[in-house]
Amino acid sequence: MSGPSLETASALASRYEAVVIGAGPAGLTAAARLAEGGASTLLLDENPAPGGQIYRSIEAAGAGDLRRLGPDYAHGRAVAERFRASGAAYAPRATVWDVGPATGPVAGGAADRASTSNRLVSLTLGGAGRAIEAGHVILATGAIERPMPFPGWTLPGVMTAGAAQIALKTAGLVPTGRVIVAGCGPLLYLLTSQLLDAGAEIAAVLDTTPRGNWLRAAPHAPGFLASAYMGKGLKLLRTVRTRTRVIGGVTALATEGTGALRAVRYGTGSGKGALEADLLLVHQGVVPNANFSNAIGCAHHFDEAQRAFVPDLDDWFASSLDGVSIPGDGGGIAGAAAAEVSGEIAALGALRRLGRLGEAPAMEAALPLRRRWKSLQRGRAFLDRLYAPSPAFLAPPDDDTIVCRCEEVRAGAVREAIGLGVAGPNQLKTFLRCGMGPCQGRFCAGTVTEMIAAGRGESPAAVGTYRLRAPVKPVRLSELASFPETPEAVLAVTGSHSTDRIEPLSTGDMQ
Amino acid sequence: MFRRLREAAPALRFRFDGEPLTGVPGDTIAAALLASGRLALRKSVVGGEPRAPYCMMGVCFECLVEVDGVANRQACLTPLTDGMEVRSQSGARTIRPAAGQEP
Repeated sequence: MSGPSLETASALASRYEAVVIGAGPAGLTAAARLAEGGASTLLLDENPAPGGQIYRSIEAAGAGDLRRLGPDYAHGRAVAERFRASGAAYAPRATVWDVGPATGPVAGGAADRASTSNRLVSLTLGGAGRAIEAGHVILATGAIERPMPFPGWTLPGVMTAGAAQIALKTAGLVPTGRVIVAGCGPLLYLLTSQLLDAGAEIAAVLDTTPRGNWLRAAPHAPGFLASAYMGKGLKLLRTVRTRTRVIGGVTALATEGTGALRAVRYGTGSGKGALEADLLLVHQGVVPNANFSNAIGCAHHFDEAQRAFVPDLDDWFASSLDGVSIPGDGGGIAGAAAAEVSGEIAALGALRRLGRLGEAPAMEAALPLRRRWKSLQRGRAFLDRLYAPSPAFLAPPDDDTIVCRCEEVRAGAVREAIGLGVAGPNQLKTFLRCGMGPCQGRFCAGTVTEMIAAGRGESPAAVGTYRLRAPVKPVRLSELASFPETPEAVLAVTGSHSTDRIEPLSTGDMQ
Repeated sequence: MFRRLREAAPALRFRFDGEPLTGVPGDTIAAALLASGRLALRKSVVGGEPRAPYCMMGVCFECLVEVDGVANRQACLTPLTDGMEVRSQSGARTIRPAAGQEP
């Protein structure tokens, strides 16, 4: 059984053979498999309990929660139990902000020093910073919701559908008053159904799926018809349609209200409408949470079907950086069941690389997993095309729409910079501070790439995306100041190896 | 705005901008504030517009609050504890000298 959760930076060992970042299905399964394979393993996660977003609060869920959220959610219990039984070390509430190459002398001895591919994982735990070495890093950072900008999307009373689902899973919160759900994608209907079951009043679903998507998806229908998605998907659509009003073909959205949401205006090809609302939940699919893999220098490419940048991965879900693997949705959207399988394959690859597993047994163990992973991809091509977001919500046409929520940069300013011939997303940052707030571009990178691509008539692949840098989450100076004073650190700061105690500088509330 | 599915006895007391509120164990600060009917937690740094928690998973940084004197904490990732002093943030943060370090 795993021991108690590690709560302080000083409780961590200086080196683990494997460090896994993220405790969703991919991370939990990878950590469990690595520990089962004999590797000293640490799982670091930002949340207080295992499960990631999909299995949020799974260990605390009661029978009623499991019934309401369905068997796909309840399956997370087995995933968490396997991890708990594996013996892997676990540090919840840890914020990892860099994975770099390990340089300088290594505590583990000559054998470790010979290995140049060790990684240095920098993190904050219990208010203190620490850098630990890892023989192999599994980045299991999962997915984030694709931003859906429209006029007034920053108004209190507008949240993502995922946010409402997290509030439901973690705190049993159900929206009161008139709720409107808007956007596209399978999660939109799943959430609507879950909220209806929990007693919420859904006034309307405003579906933004472009009507032409059905034609583009049709050639991929055979794979979908043979997949597990079909039965579930059709049942959901039917349930939602019989229990609430669904308005299809929505091409424009805007909010009304001062300080808080009062109404939602919408447009379709054939007309306009307005609905009074207390809460608007928006969603247009998920994309890989690639901030980390981007910042540490993994190669990425633009996936046209998923309409997002995804890391380049090999058969073992290993990235272009030696010693860094990216299973799960962070490596490309494939869903929770596939994330579990890819976590297992990535762990086998890591065990093989760490010398814990021979080539032949690793290949043998991976074979049925690869077959299963492939079968879980069935239906994905159809869903990707059917729920491809509308161009109007990728590159917002209204100049007043905020693109960068943090620095409050509007679409008009972005378009003006594009007109002036801005070289790309990185120069745009310099011009407008777009993407330079605390979220570090997570909520505008996709929009900026799409707007430049649309403005120039180029593909998003040609435009590229922000070049990100560590730390990938804000770090307090006091967290940096609490790093252990190693001889290398003393040399770097003072220029000498003198061991005289240096008086610490004052570290206030600066970030 | 939001109601609780399970009526648990409020066990944790905290204050938001000085106002006494309650939450239950397992709540994040953001969840406890939503359950208490508090949506807007800060004013934006450029335009001074009200902002509310948006993603609830640590990605959007819209829920930044001051917790026990420490600025810019993500309310959606911070578990609520008894006696917490939570304050809203208005506009950009300023750098203050640490206690006892005034120039």
